Amino acid sequence: MEANEVISVNDLRVALGEREVIRGLSFGVRRGEIIGLVGASGSGKTVLLRTMLGLLPKTSGVVEIMGVRLEQATAEQSRRVGERCGMMFQQGALFSSLTLRENVEFPMREYLRGSDAMYADVALAKLGMVGLSVVDADKLPSEISGGMTKRVAIARALALDPDILFLDEPTSGLDPIAAGEIDRLIRTLQRVLNLTVFMVTHDLNSLKSVCTRILALYDGRIIAQGDIRDMLAFDHPWLSAYFRGERGRAAQLS
Amino acid sequence: MAAGPSLRSNPGPGGAVLSAQGDWTAAHACDLERLARAPFAPVGKLTISIESVDRLDTFGVWALERLRRCAAEAGVDAQLAIPQDARADLFAGVEKALSRAPPQVARGDALTKWLERVGLSTQNFSADFTAFLDLVGRLTYCFWQGLRSPSRLRLRSAVHHLDRTGLRATPIIALMCFLIGCILAQQGFFHFQRFGATNYVVDLVTILVLREIGVLLVTIMVAGRSGSAYTAEIGSMKMREEIDALRTMGLDPIEYLILPRILALIVAAPLLTIVGNGAALYGAGVVAATYGDMSPAVYLERLHEAASHIDLEVGLIKAPVMAFVIGVVAALEGMKVQGSAESLGLGATASVVRSIFFVIVLDGVFAVLFAAVGM
Ligand SMILES: Nc1ncnc2c1ncn2[C@@H]1O[C@H](COP(=O)(O)OP(=O)(O)OP(=O)(O)O)[C@@H](O)[C@H]1O
Ligand SMILES: [Mg+2]
Repeated sequence: MEANEVISVNDLRVALGEREVIRGLSFGVRRGEIIGLVGASGSGKTVLLRTMLGLLPKTSGVVEIMGVRLEQATAEQSRRVGERCGMMFQQGALFSSLTLRENVEFPMREYLRGSDAMYADVALAKLGMVGLSVVDADKLPSEISGGMTKRVAIARALALDPDILFLDEPTSGLDPIAAGEIDRLIRTLQRVLNLTVFMVTHDLNSLKSVCTRILALYDGRIIAQGDIRDMLAFDHPWLSAYFRGERGRAAQLS
Repeated sequence: MAAGPSLRSNPGPGGAVLSAQGDWTAAHACDLERLARAPFAPVGKLTISIESVDRLDTFGVWALERLRRCAAEAGVDAQLAIPQDARADLFAGVEKALSRAPPQVARGDALTKWLERVGLSTQNFSADFTAFLDLVGRLTYCFWQGLRSPSRLRLRSAVHHLDRTGLRATPIIALMCFLIGCILAQQGFFHFQRFGATNYVVDLVTILVLREIGVLLVTIMVAGRSGSAYTAEIGSMKMREEIDALRTMGLDPIEYLILPRILALIVAAPLLTIVGNGAALYGAGVVAATYGDMSPAVYLERLHEAASHIDLEVGLIKAPVMAFVIGVVAALEGMKVQGSAESLGLGATASVVRSIFFVIVLDGVFAVLFAAVGM
């Protein structure tokens, strides 16, 4: 693991059932980077994310987050990593019996020693930052729209102002204005908190405007990495279809 | 490790300056809390500066904003010197959240609340009763339609559920009934010995098992085992909008999900009752031979005399009716599940508690009915 790297993945392999989904994949992420992971639907982006966080078992390879190997970590270490990492799941994974505000407050109550007023104020501030109004804060997850679920999930991932943020398609299903606000929020937090972001996204605009580096996952490996210009220049049939297809042109990437 | 948050005050030209130092981050939540509520002497003008803060996050911003408000309340003209960079966004976000109107809480004294609860549960009770009748009506209609075009009965699915609720429940039900049979016989022999009435133990056990114990044990087991499973399945399908998906395809969830399950229960319950009766009587026979000094031949003979068709029929008539009620209660509770995991748990509990309660009530009703017709 190089100095300054907060995430390092080395020769990772993951098999689900018969099929090997991740087939020998390595990369490192430095502090303060905003990484965008792209790949076809079903190529294993979510599987990679879940494996990095220790939610899926790996066949072989090494994943270190903030210098800790999760499978060997002591309870103390994994608690610390849990405190300093925020994860937003693709389907939200909100706690269904807590209100939106309580969902965001939940990690604070577990990890911090503040007052209820502090939790409530900061939780509402976070909900406000992802574009939700105070009126919605006392609703239950079953009473909100799909896009709102995404935003609450982002707010909960941000609850503790983590060092590393993992996002699984944060802007899919949001209207362009909301998606723009999320992009802006991620940039702001990255500047203020020197946040490291690892996000899966299909949103060409986010890739272009917030990501400092893009990783392209194809056939279980990282076939290319770099900024959007490198992606456009890279010669691979799938990558050029992805970035130089109709939608890529519409997003005016080049 | 950098230092925790602190405040340093130094008088400046345009009023006092309060300069924040160190880390104003979540890790120091406790200290932030303390600093945010610092008391103020009413001085004229105050500027809170964050120039020398090492690290700042939303919690720190909250504390600073809180501090400013505290000062303002104490009559100090306080300002936050916010640098014009990305941090300004954070301050704006927190500022907005803090300025919200305090939440309105509905108040009422204990008596009003109690009355409200009573009213609500009465309303719920009548709503539940209507829903029960409604579902029974729909099921009957659906069944009637199914009789006219059997493909709509979904027999394949019914057989699948019959396997789950009937066949797979057999071992545990047989074991349980066997044990209860043993216990009944042992108690009978033990107490009847005093009157020299051990001959009547077999009558006692037979009538109890065939009329009451067998069917009650089986239906209570079915309620706990299959009723709760039905509620959980239907409830989680409701939660994940699978039932809505069926409806939008123009399909009737009652026909697809509920009727086959209830049919399976209605068929399974009498069969399980027969198995349970057999196991209990066998258990009683084993105890008779080992504990009551009654040879198997004598036991069988006494059994033959004691048992009548009517006793068996009484049990077997009750079983399907109770199974039907269990199924309907399970389905109703499942359909009532809302979006949260908690409501699913509540539904499963309510399903088991209510169906066992109804089984007992029905048993009483049947006792009266059978007595009236002399069965
Ligand atoms: N629990 C699982 N068991 C077996 N296979 C799985 C499991 N989860 C995912 N897969 C398979 O792994 C592959 C990758 O899935 P993954 O969810 O990572 O896709 P993705 O890249 O995130 O796609 P999308 O962009 O649609 O979210 C898929 O082919 C999927 O069928
Ligand atoms: Mg995915």
